[in-house]
Parts: sequence; C-alpha cells; structure tokens
Amino acid sequence: MKFGVLVFPGSNCDHDAYHVISKHVGQPVDFVWHRETDLSGYDAVIVPGGFSYGDYLRCGALAKFSPVMGAVKDFAAAGKYVFGICNGFQILCEAGMLPGALIRNRGLHFICKHVRLRVENDRTPFTSELDSGDVLSIPIAHAEGNYVCDDDTFHRLEENGQIVFRYCDEVGEITEEANPNGARSNIAGICNENGNVLGMMPHPERACEEMLGSNDGREIFRSLTKAIAAASGQWPVVSGQ
Amino acid sequence: MTAITPEIVAQHNLTPEEYERVLEIMGREPSMTELGIFSVMWSEHCSYKSSRIHLRRLPTTGERVIVPPGENAGVVDIGDDWCVAFKVESHNHPSFIEPFQGAATGVGGILRDVFTMGARPIAAMNSLRFGPLTAESEPGAAATGSRKQQIYKRNKAILRGCVDGIAHYGNCFGVPTIGGEVVFDESYSLNPLVNAFALGIVRKDQIFFGKAEGIGNPVLYVGAKTGRDGIHGATMASAEFDDEALEKRPTVQVGDPFLEKLLLEACLEAMRSGAIAGIQDMGAAGLTSSSVEMAARAGTGLELDLSLVPQRETGMTAYEMMLSESQERMLIVAKDGREKEVVDVFKKWDLDAVVIGKVVEGHRLKVFHNGVLEADIPVDTVTDAAPRYERPMKAPERANGPNVEGANDSIANRKSQIANSNAALLKLLASPNICSKHWVYEQYDTMVRTNTAILPGADAAVMRVKETRRAISMCLDGNGRYAAVDPREGAKLIVAEAARNNVCTGARPIAVTNCLNFPSPERPEIMWSFSEVIDGMSEACRAFDTPVISGNVSFYNETDGKGILPTPTIGMVGLIEDVRKLVTQGFKDEGDMIALLGVTNDDLSVSEYAQTIAGFSTDELIAHGEVPKIDLDLEVKVQKACRALADRQLLKSAHDCSDGGLAIAIAESCFSSLNRDAIGSMIDLSNPQTLSDAAILFGESPSRIVISFAPDKLEWVKDVVGDCPFELIGTVGGERLSISIDGNGTIDQSVSDLEKAWTNALEKRLER
Repeated sequence: MKFGVLVFPGSNCDHDAYHVISKHVGQPVDFVWHRETDLSGYDAVIVPGGFSYGDYLRCGALAKFSPVMGAVKDFAAAGKYVFGICNGFQILCEAGMLPGALIRNRGLHFICKHVRLRVENDRTPFTSELDSGDVLSIPIAHAEGNYVCDDDTFHRLEENGQIVFRYCDEVGEITEEANPNGARSNIAGICNENGNVLGMMPHPERACEEMLGSNDGREIFRSLTKAIAAASGQWPVVSGQ
Repeated sequence: MTAITPEIVAQHNLTPEEYERVLEIMGREPSMTELGIFSVMWSEHCSYKSSRIHLRRLPTTGERVIVPPGENAGVVDIGDDWCVAFKVESHNHPSFIEPFQGAATGVGGILRDVFTMGARPIAAMNSLRFGPLTAESEPGAAATGSRKQQIYKRNKAILRGCVDGIAHYGNCFGVPTIGGEVVFDESYSLNPLVNAFALGIVRKDQIFFGKAEGIGNPVLYVGAKTGRDGIHGATMASAEFDDEALEKRPTVQVGDPFLEKLLLEACLEAMRSGAIAGIQDMGAAGLTSSSVEMAARAGTGLELDLSLVPQRETGMTAYEMMLSESQERMLIVAKDGREKEVVDVFKKWDLDAVVIGKVVEGHRLKVFHNGVLEADIPVDTVTDAAPRYERPMKAPERANGPNVEGANDSIANRKSQIANSNAALLKLLASPNICSKHWVYEQYDTMVRTNTAILPGADAAVMRVKETRRAISMCLDGNGRYAAVDPREGAKLIVAEAARNNVCTGARPIAVTNCLNFPSPERPEIMWSFSEVIDGMSEACRAFDTPVISGNVSFYNETDGKGILPTPTIGMVGLIEDVRKLVTQGFKDEGDMIALLGVTNDDLSVSEYAQTIAGFSTDELIAHGEVPKIDLDLEVKVQKACRALADRQLLKSAHDCSDGGLAIAIAESCFSSLNRDAIGSMIDLSNPQTLSDAAILFGESPSRIVISFAPDKLEWVKDVVGDCPFELIGTVGGERLSISIDGNGTIDQSVSDLEKAWTNALEKRLER
C-alpha cells in the first residue's frame, strides 16, 4: 500500500499530509512533484491544501493544468482513491472531478478555527470507520470555502449520498450559525458518484493528535487505509503510533 | 554625468557633513549611483547611526547563542543539534502609507531574514499598534464627519489593511501566525506600528551566513525580477511624515507570497546541495545592502554586472537597480564551478537564477552596467566609516516628578467615584486593549505545519518541534505608556512580562529579539529615553539570562510633528524540554485550588483602569503617572517557582497577571477555550496593605502569576514554591466569577456574560 502526496508550486499542507500518513497512519508515502505523469505506484493520492500557484486567477484554476492532473484523472477513473483537502478540494472542482465550485467566504475573510462536522454518509471509503451522525472536531483554514452548485447538481448530490460532511453545531444540528463560510446546505465535503474521490474544506490532517486539539481526523485516514487494503487484498501493517 | 548639487545631496537625506565624508572616502565627486549607495547605506534604517553606540550595551552572549546580532537573524541552540533562528523587524512607515502591502512585505522581509540562515520558518507573530477605532472616554465628543471621526475611520482602515496584509502573506506562504499583540493608543493614530517576528528551525551544522567568501566564487541573483518599486524605501523609513506622506506610496513595495514560498523551497533545496557558500536577502536597500554587507562581512570585494540582472521593467538605470526594493530576491555566492547546481534547483521552482558577478580580492564593490563602471566604492569604509552619532540627550522635565503627588490625588479622586467593581470589570474586559483579539487571529492560518500546541490568545504561543521532544514558546510584548513614563523601569517591566508569559507555559526563557520604535532621534528627550530603555532592557535581560540575539531600530515614527510613545517591543523565546509538560492558562476542574504567586501593591497609576475607568488620557498618564515598581529578584523568584511547578507537572493552569490586573487574569482563566468549557471560580483576596478595592482587583503590579492545581497537591506545591510569595486565593467551580476582599463581596457575575462582553468587543468597535 502506498500513498502519494501531490506537490504543486505553492502547496503548503503537503508536509502535514505526509507527516500524518507516515507517523500516524503508518503507511509508506511519497511526495509527487506536479510534473510527474505516472501514478502507477500508488493506491491513493492526496491533493493537499495550500495556495497552488498562489491562488492566482482562481483557487485551483491553474493547478488543474499541471501535468500530474491528467494522471490523477486516469487514476480516479481506474477506481483508485483521490483525496482533496482544502486547496485540493478546490483543484478537484476546477478539474471537473467533483461537481460545484468554492467561492469566497460569506464574511470575505480568511477563517482559521476548529469547527464541527457531521458525518452524512458512512458508506464511503473515507468514512467507513465512522457512523452517520458522528460529530467531528476538525479545523478549517480558507478564504474560499463557500460551496456552491446549481439545484440539479445539489439534488443529485443528495440523492446519491455524495454529501459526506456538513458543518454543524456541537450537538450535530445543521444550523446557519454553524456554517462558517456560507456553503450551500452547510456542505463541507463531497465525493464523486463512485465514492472514490473525496474533497473537503476542513483539514483532517491537522486533527490527528491530541496535542493539536483533536484526533478526529484519524478515522478518515483509517477508513481510507482499510478501503485500500480491501480493494487490493493487502492488509495494512500499521506501524504508526 | 549629473553634477551633485547640495539639493541632490539633501534629497538623498544626507547632511552636508555626511556628504563631506563621502567626498573624503571617494577622493572625488561620486556618481549618482554611488551617491545613491551611500545614501541608503548611511540611512538610519541601514546604518543604525543614532542607535549603534547605545545598542552596544545590550547583553548579546550566552551559552546558547550560536549567532549573535549582526547577521540576518540571530540563532540559539535548543539542544539535540537543533537551533532556532529568529528576529523581529518593524515595517511601520510602509504600513501607514499602504497598510495592506506595508504589513504584507513586513512579513515577507522577516521570513526571508530567517530562511536566509538556512532555517525553515515555523512560526510568525506580529506586534500591532493602532490609534483608537472609536471614541472611548468622550461620548459625543466626535460628531460624524468631524476630524476625529475621520481619524477613527482611517485607523480602522489601517487595522483592517494590516491584518489583511499579514494574513495574505503568511497564509499563502504557509507559516502559521500564532501570536503577538494588538494595542490601541491615541499616540498611534496615523502612526501605526507593525513589528513582524519570524522563527525558524535549523540544524546546528546547516546554518548559512551572509558572507561573500571565496575569491573567484560566482555571485548569483535569484528570485523575483527587479522593478522600480521601493526605490528609496530605506530612506523613506528614516524620515518623519507630513501631509504629503501618501504621495510616497510608490516607495512601498508590493509583495508576492507565492513567489516567496517558491524562493523558500528553492533556497532550502539549493542549500542542501552543498553548492552555496553564502546567501543574503535583498531587503531594505536591495542589491546595494546585500552586496555591500556580504562583502564587508567576508573582507572581500565584489564585481557585479547589472546588465545581467533579471528585470521586469525596461530602461532601468544602474541607480534604479541598485536602490530598488523589489521583494522576494536573494543574493547567493555559490562555490566556484557549482553554480549550475544552484541554477537547476531554481529552474525546477520556475525562478530566475543568474550569475551577475564574482567575488574578488580587495575591498571594493564595482558595479558595471552596459560596459560602463557605474560605481566603485570601498565596501569596508561604507560600513565602518558610516556616520555614528552620539546625539544629544536630555531628560524631560517630568523625570523629577513634581506632579506625581498631585496626580495620585486626582487619580484617587476619580477612583472614589467608581463604586461598582462589577461594572468596572465588564467595561475593562470589553476595552480595546484587553478584549479578545480573535477577530484578528482567526484571519491568520494558525495551524499550518501542524506544530501549534498552544493557539493564539494565550500568554505565549507554543510550537512543538517535530524533530525533538521539545517545544518552543514565544511572545511579543511592548508597552509604550510604561516607556513614556519611565523608559528605564518601563523597559524592565516589558522584558519581565515577556519572560513571565513564556514561563506561564512551562518554558524557560532563552533569548530575546527587540524592536525599538521611537520618534525622531534628533530630539534630545527621545534620545535620552532610547538610552534609558537600552539600560533597563540590558539589566532585565541579564537578570533572566536572555541575551538579545537580533533586533531592529525604527526611528522617525512621527506624523505632522506628533510622535508615537517610545515603544520597545520584546520578542522572547522560551524552551520547553518536554512538550507533554506544557501548561495552559484556563482553569480546568471543579474543586481545583487557585493561588497567586507574587505580591499585589498599589499600581493603578499607569494602568488600563486609569485610562478606561478613571478616564485619563495618555498624555495625562504620562505627565502624572508612575509605573509599577519592579523588583527583578522577586520576578526571578516568581518565575522560577512557576517553572518548577510546571516541571513537576503540578499545575492545572498558569496565567500572567498584566493588563487590567488580577481580576482580568482570573476572568480570562475562567473563559472557555478549545475543548474546554468556561468554568467559574470563587475568590477571596486578603488586603494586608489596606489598598483600595480597585488597586487589588485592577492594579498592574508585575511579578504575579495566577495558578491552579488539584487540592491534594497543596503541600507539594507549597514545598516547591519555597520562599516565593504564595497566597491561596480561591477554588475553581460553578458558573460565576465571584471575588471578595477580606470576606466582603465585590464582584459576582456570570462567566458567560463576562466572556460575551470580552469576545465581541473588537468586532463591535469595527462595525461602529
């Protein structure tokens, strides 16, 4: 089992994802430079947070032209796992791998704080170790996390169970106050129809240690690890803490 | 060639005497390019000509000091072969002219100073000072559209712009901005202070220096292309402002954090290759100061061909290129024959890297452009023979304190009119300097790189160091009012508070960086207070064994002839040997005991209370007030006790008692934090000195820490504390904060009401 963490010019959560996979998930992991076009050695690819290409033009709008993205599309089409976090989610939307778009936060400011998320679908490869209705504490850090999509897309997302996480309050209620950025229907994370591509604005890689305030993010990585193992028939040897 | 007239000399901010010196050194009339080089190198900003003779008195050595002041950033040893490099620097002038870009490039500059040393930045902080956002003490005094209202509006715009700029740069670059301070005072109206701090970690054997070593080694220009932006920025930062300040906007540079991120990664990668002999950031005075300083440090000379410099504008002259302050550029001296390795790394990151010259023997900087020798300057004399002024000093009249007695009376009189401590507490919690600053720090990415063990809002921020079991604590502290009233004692108080803030997290303070913000040094009173600050700071840094390893002086913080308060800012860094032992400020469990380390005296005179509740203006406080007395021996004792308790893991919480005094400190410990609900406390304070209620609750006596611990640990705690003043003052529990003095109730309020007032106060002011 092997993870790849993409590195675009301007990625800055690449090290954090790498750290979590190697230290806390306990699996082999490589950095993958954005000019790479061969992903055949990997079972899952993480598109990390940051400011790829400085977020110039539009978040993710330039990164989608990086050579690696063609390979990422083929990788996903082959049923392998692609996990976009924050800027990674924006890139996957821009690349057309996930529906909808992420626009400027309602309050126009960058927001960095711990928020609560409710698990909306526990049958995805990214949430199998969680239960629908579980409330996770995971931080956000973005200026463009306001998820938008047209009505048709929204209904399709709902019908297919593609809405994976929603912003909620402490007890799991989906409220307007608990929505930090104005996202449609409090959407914090969605997956594609096949369920093998997930994008989310919150940063689970920042929530894998008690010392950092939460380790609720671990279950997401643990679910993914299990899914890879099941798909490939190889069971993970967990060597992390 | 342009003839150098006295007008041209004056435009370059050189005095006639300084120009005489230039003529003497050159032995001829300088070219315009040479004059430009002298002008920026001898600007206050680059030469420290007014401050140098005083700065020498600061303690700069110690066991842990690896790189003392003089390099791009200081470096100290944190053990296990790891070091931290850090520095604080002002960007006050640009932030007034253009808040967003001014603050952003301040962050960019300090980050470059740190990664130039080979250190990867892991934390940034900012000390910000602004004028008031709203009328506080004089309701109705400022009608809409009045001059005052316009100033409030401007102050708000400056605050928003600076915060936006810092967020823009730090977030995109990928460094967590984890702390600092936001302070409001009339004296910073139209004179904002933006002091940016950065800290990086580096292996002891991988530190890089800004030295042009090795005759024949190639000199490379790397990073962004050169434009005409920022020409004479350093000179601009060495003069006061007047009505035409905004016309200086073109001297402010525009930052590109994305490029800086690429530059960081490329520099660190190139450093790892072993092909780099020396490297320096092109900050203030750009290509000029980087080349002159690198050559001067190594005792070599440089030959540069400006025709080879990557340019983003056409027709630039040698003068413009030497003085441009375009951001995100570095000068690298590569090892001879290995320049291609460096170029390849920068190419990978899509950055320019071009050989523009070489290191030569002799001590001259020779600058060619289109085949013409445009400048030929002896580098050692530009730096060594830079003017150094022993500017006249004079203590202001009030130093004798003829008014102090009367002032205490009047403070006492106004004090007596305030009967209700409950109302005073609520008002203080919502006052600009005490209220929560989450509106500011939530706009910063505080967590990227996943090291932040204590988030902003605490006494000091704490970053774990992944490579070790250690953690680094850090804080920025300044105080203009204290320094204005008594610069020497004020400086001691500031250093003491900074050390205490670190100690409250369980850390041992290890080193200091300072940023000295003052008005014009040409005024004898200012120079006197500068000198006093240096002496006070030196004494305190010696007491805490925290050498000053880097820093910056910013003079001429004046607009329309009105100066800021002398404002020394201290960046203090501490070391926690075992990250599991860190301590936070919030009360934890029902039934825990609360105690005060230290002693409360009558220290209301220059306090938040005197200003917010008694209604004194800053000018009145300065004219009549007295700073709290600080006993450094007692301070050391209190800090040692707190650290010893933390080390034995006896503490549930520790919180510094500072702005707003004991009642504010206790209230803040009651407030909620991540994963921790708010909790109340019942406090009973003794009053052996028969002080007023206000002095006990809101006085700002230094050397005090509020701690809490499990009741079964009491005897052990007492034992560890030893002869440090220690008083049990209450217990944690309930939903209310109630405080009595000698059994008489004085404060009783719901914690959630207090927290609400404290949390929303800044947004409310911004919306008004």
